[in-house]
Amino acid sequence: MANRPPLEFHVPEPPARPGQSASFSHLVVPEAGLVRRPDALASAAEMRDLPFELIRVLDGEGRAVGPWDPHLAPEFLRRGLRAMLLTRVFDDRLFRVHRQGKTSFYMKSTGEEAIGAAQSLVLEPQDMCFPTYRVMSWLHARGYPLVDMVHQIFSNARDPLRGRQLPILFSARDYGFYSLSGNLGTRYGHAVGWAMASAYRQTDSLALAYTGEGSTAEGDFHESLTFASVYRAPAILCITNNQWAISSFAGLAGTRDSTFAARAIGYGLPGLRVDGNDFLAVASATRWAAERARANKGATLIEFFTYRAAGHSTSDDPTRYRPGDEAEHWPLGDPIERLKQHLIALDEWDEDRHAALTSELEAEVRAALREGEAIGTLGRSKPPLSEMFEGVFAEPDWRLIEQRVEAGA
Amino acid sequence: MRELNMVKAINDALDVMLAVDPDVLIFGQDVGYFGGVFRATDGLQARHGQKRCFDTPIAESGIIATAIGMGAQGLRPVPEIQFADYILPAFDQLVSEAARLRYRSGGEFWAPITVRSPYGGGIFGGQTHSQSPEAIFAHITGLKTVIPSTPYDAKGLLIAAIECDDPVIYLEPKRLYNGPFDGHHDRQLATWAGHPGARVPEGRYTVPLGKAAIVRPGDDVTVLAYGTMVHVALAAVEETGIDAEVVDLRSIVPLDIETIVASANKTGRCVIVHEASRFGGFGGELSSLIQERCFYGLEVPIERVAGWDTPYPHAFEWDYFPGPGRVASALRRVMEND
Repeated sequence: MANRPPLEFHVPEPPARPGQSASFSHLVVPEAGLVRRPDALASAAEMRDLPFELIRVLDGEGRAVGPWDPHLAPEFLRRGLRAMLLTRVFDDRLFRVHRQGKTSFYMKSTGEEAIGAAQSLVLEPQDMCFPTYRVMSWLHARGYPLVDMVHQIFSNARDPLRGRQLPILFSARDYGFYSLSGNLGTRYGHAVGWAMASAYRQTDSLALAYTGEGSTAEGDFHESLTFASVYRAPAILCITNNQWAISSFAGLAGTRDSTFAARAIGYGLPGLRVDGNDFLAVASATRWAAERARANKGATLIEFFTYRAAGHSTSDDPTRYRPGDEAEHWPLGDPIERLKQHLIALDEWDEDRHAALTSELEAEVRAALREGEAIGTLGRSKPPLSEMFEGVFAEPDWRLIEQRVEAGA
Repeated sequence: MRELNMVKAINDALDVMLAVDPDVLIFGQDVGYFGGVFRATDGLQARHGQKRCFDTPIAESGIIATAIGMGAQGLRPVPEIQFADYILPAFDQLVSEAARLRYRSGGEFWAPITVRSPYGGGIFGGQTHSQSPEAIFAHITGLKTVIPSTPYDAKGLLIAAIECDDPVIYLEPKRLYNGPFDGHHDRQLATWAGHPGARVPEGRYTVPLGKAAIVRPGDDVTVLAYGTMVHVALAAVEETGIDAEVVDLRSIVPLDIETIVASANKTGRCVIVHEASRFGGFGGELSSLIQERCFYGLEVPIERVAGWDTPYPHAFEWDYFPGPGRVASALRRVMEND
């Protein structure tokens, strides 16, 4: 008893802080193509090894290898590349627009573009995604009008959300994109409810839910997994593990000795851990989970292993809490570069076409911005004040009617 | 016409809605096979099937989140939270999601859900089976809050709530399930038998949300109440012989401001009664509204009779509960204060 060491209070720390060398040496990055691909309809009990693997398709030479190769047509791959590149170009441009004082807030998806783009293209038009703010590539892949995004980001008179919502917290029902909110994790359960409604109504609309690795610590995540499991909901439940939740590293969400995908095991769900910077792996895992869900086998939990290459938002400076060059050391590379190399390896793409596409997308974004700026940037144009009082209820009650008059709207 | 007690009237409303609308689903803890701890869903699963009325995990936030997602696709879920005291884990879903969804999505998505929950005291339920949280929901714009006081209203308001495209918190005064309890806990308890409010028609009918009922017309003082307190107020009026006008609000959001203002202007006196604790309670809002709109018509200051600002105490249930004696004292004070 006397020799027993005192109790230790443990507070975890990331591998490196500013001033230290960026290090991902703690990560095990297996070669592409090694992970087995069970039948999509197999029992979850037969695949409890998968959450501890890392499903990768693209190898170091840009070749698609192994059983998870989805054998996508080059045209499909080019659509994916275009969506990812558009997301990158749009983000970079709008980030600068924020710095010019034309809007209040912006968030980039840099480094994570493969996830929304691949899933958007793999899933059906009637499927519904319940997004986070870092899967804008879903909308870009489905051709959401850039100018409407710009209007929303400027909260101007043409804002489809009528000036009521923070920039990029879109809603786009016709594009399978559920209303975003700044509360983390709260829509995970909506996705499960949506999926249950699809099963009840037999509408064949899968729900695709996103949460960050940080907000898997929220109760919403665990309650949603319980409901998804209990009612065998046709849902694809995704965790985008981008390593950082503002300044909190992934270890603070409690997986130092496990993985986020492994959370699935306790709920009796299949859990896949997927290279989120590998467009082909994302598409393949999503197809697998969709096939399973449509066959009434229920939900799959997928952890997309990726890296938030930019700051959390325009209000964040990541060099305050992580090494400034950490992104350059990320071992899974850049998703756009990797898909580009794959297409080039297939002889379906080249540097000239890539440069031309980049210029074309930059021109598209510039045109949308010009059109948005012509209506007005934040504060220079806004929807009619009456919009502030609309949509609180289906029909306004007397308070809102009186207050609208009082506000002079 | 047949008479039903309040819990049977609620069961009847759910039964009717399951029959007429395939988009209505009922779920919650113990509501399926067992029929609910208060029997509100008794027999519904047997009659309408497991897919229409089913049990859920013990996860209030998950229950409401699921309902919102279902509602967003077009269903009309009617989740039950077993006691209003247990609704707080779902507060974020109700406030940040259900109440905001239509607004923030520019009308693309909304949550036509009706959250049923037994509330209020008088059953020796202690802190965790007795509270009255209506004011915290009334404060959340985007939510409607409905509280019936008779079986007839319970059925009609519940059907109106289910058919409403906004999220509705439907609070059931559980002390009224079996009879029009007037606060005299030490006397023979009345059942709903013979009460005019217990006559419940068959089939579908609605009582509109936002329309108060003048349950006793009078000229001298206006009493505003809802839920169990309607019956307590009526008893106090009877016992004092004061010619009070008792207004049953029936829903606090939307609020029938016209009926309230007309009555207060007519009588010039007002007593507000609720079971919830006083500070920050809904009575404060009612008092302000009347002061703003009827100041020059008022003869005396507005009185509030409410639960004390303590947690709901077990042994002191009847000291805490704003019974007919306290309401009668308030009525006498406003009449003496000429």
